[in-house]
Amino acid sequence: MASFAPDEVRVLRKVASEVVGLLSEGFDHEDPVVERLFPDIYPEDPHNSAEFRRYTEGDLKTSKIDQAGAILAVLPSDGGGEVRLDWDTAEAWLRALNDARLAMGVRLEIKAETDLGEELDEAVLHDPASSRVFQLSVYAYLGYLQESLLNALID
Amino acid sequence: MPVADRAWVTIVWDDPVNLMSYVTWVFQKLFGYSKDKAEKLMLDVHHKGKAVVSSGARERMEHDASQLHAYGLWATVDQA
Repeated sequence: MASFAPDEVRVLRKVASEVVGLLSEGFDHEDPVVERLFPDIYPEDPHNSAEFRRYTEGDLKTSKIDQAGAILAVLPSDGGGEVRLDWDTAEAWLRALNDARLAMGVRLEIKAETDLGEELDEAVLHDPASSRVFQLSVYAYLGYLQESLLNALID
Repeated sequence: MPVADRAWVTIVWDDPVNLMSYVTWVFQKLFGYSKDKAEKLMLDVHHKGKAVVSSGARERMEHDASQLHAYGLWATVDQA
């Protein structure tokens, strides 16, 4: 269904593993990424938000770890290759790609008015070897992949 | 329906990361909305900053919001 180059497989493995790390040993409520992935359900009522969180956060965390795991589970173990996704796995990929993009969006400070192309040009001019150039490219790639996968599911 | 059972809403807020096509798909999938209705809600979120996506009893709204969180949408619950 989808074919991945070795570089793409490496990138996907890296971002999915980072999401798993963030949700397991690295879990920290003070982290703005965690705040975004686990928003308060009652923004003006911290008590009831915390109460709700107490009952639901564990399950939500588990499903987010599982969906990132769905990416790791089917990637070719070495180099690139073909990946065939059934319906459920494709949906798990969509959700996991979205979580990864949300996490990167927070770190990269993506705003509504951000033009990704301009942002990338600027970063390249500043320093083509910078980690920001790499991160922005990965972010753009994940968006492209999510959109393509979604189109394949809808058709 | 008693007042208490329809006095709550689930709100989805705009964010700069989620793809418009993905948000539309999530509304269709979770709520069974038609493509037109889901698209209209997505555009409301996008242009107005937020939209009410479901309404009903409080527990149902909490369930809806946490489902939306599983899909990475920024959802909250409020009294209508």
